[in-house]
This record gives sequence, structure tokens and C-alpha cells, in this order.
Amino acid sequence: MNALIVENIHKSYGNHKVLHGVSLSAQRGEVISIIGSSGSGKSTFLRCINFLEQPDSGRVSLDSLTVDIPEGQSGRPDRQALKGLRTRLAMVFQHFNLWAHMTVLENVSMVPVHALKVSKEEARTRAIAYLQKVGLDARFHNSYPAHLSGGQQQRVAIARALAVEPEVMLFDEPTSALDPELVGEVLKIMQELAQEGRTMIVVTHEMGFARHASSQVVFLHGGKIEEQGKPEELFDNPQSERLRQFLAMDLK
Amino acid sequence: MQWLEYLPLIAKGALSTVELALVALLLALSLGLITALAKLSGKPWLVVPAQIYTTLIRGVPDLALMLLIFYTIQIGINQITDKLMLGHFEIDPFVAGVMTLGFIYGAYFAETFRGAFLAIDRGQAEAASAYGLSGLQTFQKVLLPQLVRFALPGISNNWQVLVKATALVSIIGLSDLVMAAQEAGRSTHRTLMFMLLAGAVYFCLSAFSSLLLYWIKSRSAGWVREAEL
Amino acid sequence: MIDLFQTYWQSFLWSDGQQWSGVAVTLMLLIVSTLGGFALSIPLALGRVSSSRALSAVIWLYTYTFRTTPLYVQLLIIYSGLYSLEFIQNTAVLNNFFRDAYCCTLLAFVLNECAYMTEILVGSIRASSRGEVEAGKAFGLSSTVLNLKVILPSALRRALPAYSNEVIFMLHGTTLAFTATVPDILKVARDVNAETYATFTTYGLASLLYLLISFGIIAAFHRSEKRWLKHLRPRKAEAVSTTVPLIKKGSYV
Repeated sequence: MNALIVENIHKSYGNHKVLHGVSLSAQRGEVISIIGSSGSGKSTFLRCINFLEQPDSGRVSLDSLTVDIPEGQSGRPDRQALKGLRTRLAMVFQHFNLWAHMTVLENVSMVPVHALKVSKEEARTRAIAYLQKVGLDARFHNSYPAHLSGGQQQRVAIARALAVEPEVMLFDEPTSALDPELVGEVLKIMQELAQEGRTMIVVTHEMGFARHASSQVVFLHGGKIEEQGKPEELFDNPQSERLRQFLAMDLK
Repeated sequence: MQWLEYLPLIAKGALSTVELALVALLLALSLGLITALAKLSGKPWLVVPAQIYTTLIRGVPDLALMLLIFYTIQIGINQITDKLMLGHFEIDPFVAGVMTLGFIYGAYFAETFRGAFLAIDRGQAEAASAYGLSGLQTFQKVLLPQLVRFALPGISNNWQVLVKATALVSIIGLSDLVMAAQEAGRSTHRTLMFMLLAGAVYFCLSAFSSLLLYWIKSRSAGWVREAEL
Repeated sequence: MIDLFQTYWQSFLWSDGQQWSGVAVTLMLLIVSTLGGFALSIPLALGRVSSSRALSAVIWLYTYTFRTTPLYVQLLIIYSGLYSLEFIQNTAVLNNFFRDAYCCTLLAFVLNECAYMTEILVGSIRASSRGEVEAGKAFGLSSTVLNLKVILPSALRRALPAYSNEVIFMLHGTTLAFTATVPDILKVARDVNAETYATFTTYGLASLLYLLISFGIIAAFHRSEKRWLKHLRPRKAEAVSTTVPLIKKGSYV
């Protein structure tokens, strides 16, 4: 059963076309890793799914909810539909993007209270539970993001995403901004989430995760899907030349 | 059209405002530079008076200081001339105004210059002395040009404030634009019109100053490559 | 100066027997104009950064005009200029308003202060962290919530140092009140001077009072900054326990 269907996303910046009609569909419980070199358009594609970037045309459907921008029309998507979509997705950013003036607990409980109409007590309970899940106990509740390490901040960001109980989680290069020794703690949590059966779309450079934790890998090049399939197929038996070059450059 | 007759008076007032502001600026810049250097020298006998000067002046409102200084100078001079049996000596209001404004804004410029000095990369002066330049040469050739770049925003801000502060001198009896506008308004019973006119003149002065600043910036700080956001 | 103070302390501090005067009046002017200006500046700042170019331009015109013309001129326009207009003299409400010295003075002060505070807030909002705003959008927060919970709290905190300067400038501005016959510290000083001719002492005393109020304001803002800018200060050594391992046991590295 398809949870998320992304159809035909086109995106240009001025004269430079970045995405040439990219489509993706994710079934419930699938973990899709999007890989590719810098400039391939993978982050742009992910950000088009929740319309942080405005596609020139394309459509995103989540169950019965559809948000689209028809070809030829460069208007904005319907606001109500967009809000509905965004509250059912959750994104984890490369640079965490935690709200600096709020404590850890406030960061995680903020969206449930203000966008999902959850009661304050319920949101707080949820926040504590999800923070516990990512390995942050009561000591951290009243700390401010700037006082935490990168790995801890990203874990708070993951808890924040979990707290809205999303149908699909979007990860935009979640470990790229972390010091090498902190990457592991974040990857471990993402693995656990994958094993629990959550639907995740992950843009990443971590080939280990792409290979061992995902159910599907998509290789993007020059704004088009070059190859797509099960991890074993892509990594052990790359069909396209570009994918072979890409994997060769990666030293893992 | 009776009010047209008063336009020359307004123009004269505007001119005296600009003169006052410019001369006070010169005094304030000099005082400010000296005070900033004193503060940065590290020698207590220089730092303490400089610190007292800047704290006191910036903690007391301009108008209160003006009244204090202006009348005190006048009375002080009178007392001296009385003692020395010299004739009654009237301080020229313009001179008094310039001295007062220059003295007050010297303190603000001192902070601007101090900030600008501290913003100059240490390595610049180090390189100069490593290559054998004397202290004075370093100051003239290396520090001063860079100082201009960092001090320019602060100088332009303080200049705008100074121009507006000149409006206060009419309260202590000096003739300037505001006083001219008030006189003209009273005589023609068109107070609102002349006050608005005075406001418009200040508005134009400010706009002109901004343009001038832009030009100066492009001439003196052309070597700067600002951070791209 | 001590004798002078002993004789006139009451007028200087709060009352000259008939009405409020001195420090009480100055503080009242300061508080009303800063709070009033601040309250108005929030919607104006939001309007200035909104996507409506017309709204932004109109607000900019207001702030630019009030920031480039002297407060004294603004006060004169409101106090003596506007009153000469026929339609004001003929409307009862307006007539009473513009005849009252306090009303005119406060109006001028609030409008002036609001212009400066709006620009300060606009600068602070523009310095918002792009990432934080994006995160808010990505999670589907409405613009109202985004403004109230993410952008404004952060922008207001960042603007605290600039606000503290602004309040000090407003204190300086209150000295103009006496030109509209409002009995603030400077007016009392002038009156006392007229009686005693002790120019240096009277104005010196007034200056001292202003200095003390300035110090009070600076101290109050220091305390606020300690509280509200807590999230920006560098981490203290014992903020987070050091026994938390960096890499969890058995993690996949």
C-alpha cells in the first residue's frame, strides 16, 4: 500500500534546470535512501516533497491528500492542503534547525501543541518519552540547543520529528554536519527507527546505512533517477557507468 | 503672500544650522580621536579621565548638559572679567554652541573610534612594525585608513544625531533654523507650515548626508570585500 | 548643592505642591513613551517585513521621517503647529487633546520612540536564523504561530542591547518636555535657577539625577539580558553531566 506518491517533480533555478521530472513512491514501512553526488538534486528533491522548495510542476499525494502544481502554472499550492501535508510529514535537517531560544523539552513539544492541537500535558509526556527513546534523559530537558553537542542536537531534532507522530519521515543528510565520532550515535537511532517499520526517505552520503538499513536505494544524477532498486542490486551489481564511478569514489 | 518674505530668513537659519553642525563635528571628531587613544593607551592617568568623560557625557541628556555648560561658561567668564576688571565680555552664542555640542559629541565619537580601533586586525600593526615602520608611520599609513572604514558607520550615525541636536540650541537662545521657523510662524500666523518646512529641511539634510556617506564609502573603503550573506 | 537639595528636594523628586514634578514626571514620560512605542512597534515591524510592498513602504516612510527630523521639531509641530488648524479647534475632542501639554508631549514621544523601535525590531527579525524558520514551515506551523513562537521571541531577545540604548536615548528626549510646559526635572531646575541664580548647582543637580536614572536603566537591562539571553551564552562546564557516554554501547559505527 502506497503511503507517499511523488509525481513528476520539475524544478529550475532561473535557466538552470535541477530536477527533470523525478518521481518516487514509498510504501508503508519502506526506508528509501537517495544517494548521488553533490549537485545531483537529491536535497532539492526531498525539499520539494514538503514544498520547502517550490517545484515548477509536480504532485505529492499522501493517502487521499494531494497537493499539486500543474504544468505551466507557477502558482502556489493550496494552503490548507499544504498545511495538512506538512503536519503529517516530519523533517530532520542537516543543520538540526532547533529553535535556539527554546529548551530541549520545549523544542520537542512545540509542534504537537501549536499545530496538532495536542494538550500541553500530553505533549510533554510524549516529548519525554521520545527524548528517552533517542537516549536523552531528564538531565537534558531544560538545556538549550547551543549547549549540546552536534550529535545530541540531532537526536533532539529526531525526537522533535517523532513527537508529531508522522506518517513519513524525511531526513536531509542528517549526519553530514556532524563530527565523525558523533555520526554513529545518530545512525544507530535511524537504524532502530527503520527496524521498527517507520516509513523513511533519507538523503545521505552514509553508504553503510544505505546498504544495510534501507529497503530501496535511488541513485540520482543530474536531476534524473539514474538507477533504482534493492540495495544489493545497486551496490553489488551497478548497471550504469555513472553509478559505478560514484561507488568507486566512495571509499567505504 | 506675506509668508514668502520669510523664506530668506529660513534659508539663513538653515545655513547657520549647517555651519554649527559642521564646526561642532570637527571639534567632536578631534576630541573623540584623542579620547579614544587615551582610553586605549592603557595608562591609568589617561584612561581614568577619559572614562569619566565618556560615562558622564553619555549618561546625561544633551539639553541638560547644554544648559549646564552654556550658562556656566557665560557666568564663569563674567566672574573672571569682573575679577580682572575687564569690560563685560559676551561669549559669541555660536562659539558657545559649537563648544558645547563639540564637547558632548566628542564623547560619542570616542566610543565610535575606540570600537573601530579594536576592530582592526592586530596583525596589520604587527606586520608594520615587523617591517620596521615607526609608531607614527604605522598609525598614519596603516591604522588610520583602516580606521576610516570601521568608523564610518558610527560617524555617520552620530553625525545624523548631531544635526538633530543642533535644533536644541534655539532653546538656549541661539539663532538657528528652528528659531527662524518659530519667528516666521508667529509673525505670519502660519506656525504649522513653517514648522513642517523646518522638518522638511532636516529631512533633506539627512538624505543628503546619506548620499554623501555612500560616496565617501565607495572612495575610501573600496578595498573592502564585505561578507556575503 | 546640599543646601539647595534640602530646600527643593520635593520639587525635584515628585511634587511642587500643586502637581507632579521632577523625577516622577520624567519617569512617567519615559515609561509611557517606551511602553507605548514598544507595543505599537510590534505590529508595525511585522507589517514592514511582510510581503506587501505597499505596507512596507508606508511604514518605512513613517519611520524614516520620524528618525531624520529632530524630536524638538516634532514636538513643536504637535504642540504649537497642529493646534492652529481650524478643524482641530472646531472638534471638541481634538481641541481638548491638543491643548493639553501632557497629551501633546506624550503623543510626540510615543510616535518618535515607536519609529526607532520599529526599525530595531525589523533589523532583528531580518537577522532571524533561516534554518529555524524553515523548520517551523516544514512542520506545518501557521504564520501566526511561526511569528509568535519562533520569529518574535528570538528577535526580541536579540534586540535587547539595542533596546537598552534606545531607552537611554528616550530618557535624553524627555528633557524636551519642559518646552511644552511639562514640569519634568529640567523644568524644576530652571525654575529653581530663576529663584536662586545658582546655575551650576541647579543644572548640576539635574544632571546628577539623570545620571542616576541612566545607571538604574543600565542595571535593569543587565539583569534582563542575563535572563533572556541565557540561550546564547557559552556553555558552563557543569551544564551537562560528563558521565553521559558519547557513543552508546554496542552502536553501529
